[in-house]
Amino acid sequence: MLVVAQNPTLQDFGHDPWWLVLIKVVAVFAFGMLCTLLGVWFERRVVARMAVRPGLNQAGPLGLLQTLADGLKGAFKEDIMPRTADKVVFFFAPTVAVICAMTSLSVIPFGPMVSIFGHQTPLQVTDVPVAVLIILACSGMAVFGIVLGGWASGSTYPLLGGLRSSAQMISYEVSMGLSVVAVFMLSGTMSTSQIVDAQASGRDFEFFGATVSAPGWYAILLAPSFIIFFIAIVGETNRAPFDLPEAESELVAGYMTEYSSLKFLLFMLSEYVAMVSMSAVTATLFLGGWRAPAPITTIWAGANSGWWPLLWFFIKVVLLVFVFVWLRATLPRLRYDQFMRLGWRVLLPINLVWILSLAAFQVYRDPETGDAKYVILGGFLVGIVLLALLWPSGKRAPDKPLEDQIKSRPPGSFPIPPMDLQVPPSPRARRAVAEREPANVGAGSGGDLPDKES
Amino acid sequence: MSGVAAAGGMSTGEAVTFWILVWPALIGALGMVFSRNAIHSALWLVMTMLCLGVFYVLQSAPFIGVAQIIVYTGAIMMLFLFVLMLVGRDASDSLIETLRGQRLAAVVLGIGFAALVGTGVYRALEDTPAVGLDQANANGNVQGIAALLFTKYVFAFEVTSALLITAAIGAMVLAHIERRRGEKRSQPELMRARFAPGNYPGPKPGPGVYATSDSVATPGRLPDGTLTERSISQILPARELTPAESAPKGTEK
Repeated sequence: MLVVAQNPTLQDFGHDPWWLVLIKVVAVFAFGMLCTLLGVWFERRVVARMAVRPGLNQAGPLGLLQTLADGLKGAFKEDIMPRTADKVVFFFAPTVAVICAMTSLSVIPFGPMVSIFGHQTPLQVTDVPVAVLIILACSGMAVFGIVLGGWASGSTYPLLGGLRSSAQMISYEVSMGLSVVAVFMLSGTMSTSQIVDAQASGRDFEFFGATVSAPGWYAILLAPSFIIFFIAIVGETNRAPFDLPEAESELVAGYMTEYSSLKFLLFMLSEYVAMVSMSAVTATLFLGGWRAPAPITTIWAGANSGWWPLLWFFIKVVLLVFVFVWLRATLPRLRYDQFMRLGWRVLLPINLVWILSLAAFQVYRDPETGDAKYVILGGFLVGIVLLALLWPSGKRAPDKPLEDQIKSRPPGSFPIPPMDLQVPPSPRARRAVAEREPANVGAGSGGDLPDKES
Repeated sequence: MSGVAAAGGMSTGEAVTFWILVWPALIGALGMVFSRNAIHSALWLVMTMLCLGVFYVLQSAPFIGVAQIIVYTGAIMMLFLFVLMLVGRDASDSLIETLRGQRLAAVVLGIGFAALVGTGVYRALEDTPAVGLDQANANGNVQGIAALLFTKYVFAFEVTSALLITAAIGAMVLAHIERRRGEKRSQPELMRARFAPGNYPGPKPGPGVYATSDSVATPGRLPDGTLTERSISQILPARELTPAESAPKGTEK
């Protein structure tokens, strides 16, 4: 085993023999399928634990085979094609969703250079200079499956689900793309393997003469981008609390209401594969990819070589999937307008300001920048002052006391109980106690008058 | 990229991919023009655009290829679908021409425009020597495009974005509904109106379900025995029942 990690460069890709490519593609596909099988089990177990229930425990050890059983059962169900459905589009929509979700796994780096049957090859199907954009394209195209499925069903609830999904995708893809821009700016590349490489070690920043040592992970360095990116991918993968397209309390099952049998399973598959692949993307872009976190590498130098990185990567992905599940178990679903407001009025402006300041910082740090440094610094200060001056004050006029509010209501208004209402004991209840005849206990003793008085 | 080719050259892989994808691209374009249903039309266009994206990648322009897929196929076609879905799925084109000779004029003008653009581009680039992709992509494709966009073409780029922003603001202004203060009632105002005198704040009573009728057109009875019109939906026409309709219906035939 090699001791030093071998970082693949872009030149290392595209030289694999055909059988190696086939092995990698099949392995990634199997990874996606396996993650779905285990992901459903994991989600149901975790949600159950959070709800203080035992969860799956019947089929197989710890209920591990439950998903397999459900999948087999689903596959043997009757495949119903609604009479009003657009047949071709109805058929293709779930496949589009699955294909797009699976494709984005192909540019995820699972590990460094390893030796497979004597070939030195990176643990990644392929990498291109625009790999992250391919992931964005895949997640954008995956929504087509949902939208078209909703439209082709020819019924109202699916159509509403599809509409919501398309609006959701347009709103959150913007925030997602902008968060990735910050990563591009710092790493200087769009290829996933190079982004992992750029997070390998911390770097030192000259800041006002002082040297600040920054950590390598972009999750810490670019914390706002990381948080916004994660919120955006929850929106993009239609997971709770943003699962408006399938909101079961409003739209039955949303876009997949009319789907049954294998097509329904394909939609389920695409949802879980998308969740896993998006977690993998987050781990790659922000959490150092397949590299072991800092304490491990200081103790054990070989942690980043050979096949071990697969383990670190898998741990990171599982932790992120856990966050997805945690969100679902914790947060109630947002209302549609709240969801849109969050996307356009909160995430997008914060992202824009953050990227602008990051760009200013990058230019400021650049040794080639001469006196323009002071322009940037001045602009920044002016910006902060303007922001502080023009920030809308959140103070509201104090509310009138409750008595005044009630008095100001027009006469004849419907009576409202006061806020501090205490229900008095019913007067009839007391009377019933007072007037009740005592039970005639000592029947034989005759006139037992003193008892009546008590 | 494996598809990096010298100027004018075409590798085998590029040729194979081109000849495979040229048919879906053409079929998509024709399908987009000829399909009746607006959504099908949009989907054919999506197919053509995806093929175009692959062609760009083949010609060593991976950034433009993927940007084509993200921006056009992903975002813009999604907006198209969004609008088309609101129109309704049964809204198909009719064969009747509302404007006489419109189809012929459209075909002639379309071909004319294509010829105009084609000759214009040809005339403009006739004398331009091809330097080859290796030189254009010397520092990497993305970096090459970025350098051109932010130096030589920065003004054109900014003007285009100004145009787009103007268009977006124009659309917002056109679609904006000016409301005077108080025209749209806020939630507290609605609540105050709900509890104002003369309005019953509770839910409306349901229509009557009685032994003789379970019709939604039967008004419900209030506790004092009077019938209430509030229990009937306003879109239901008020009508008198015929004696045959109002007679109790027996179970035997």
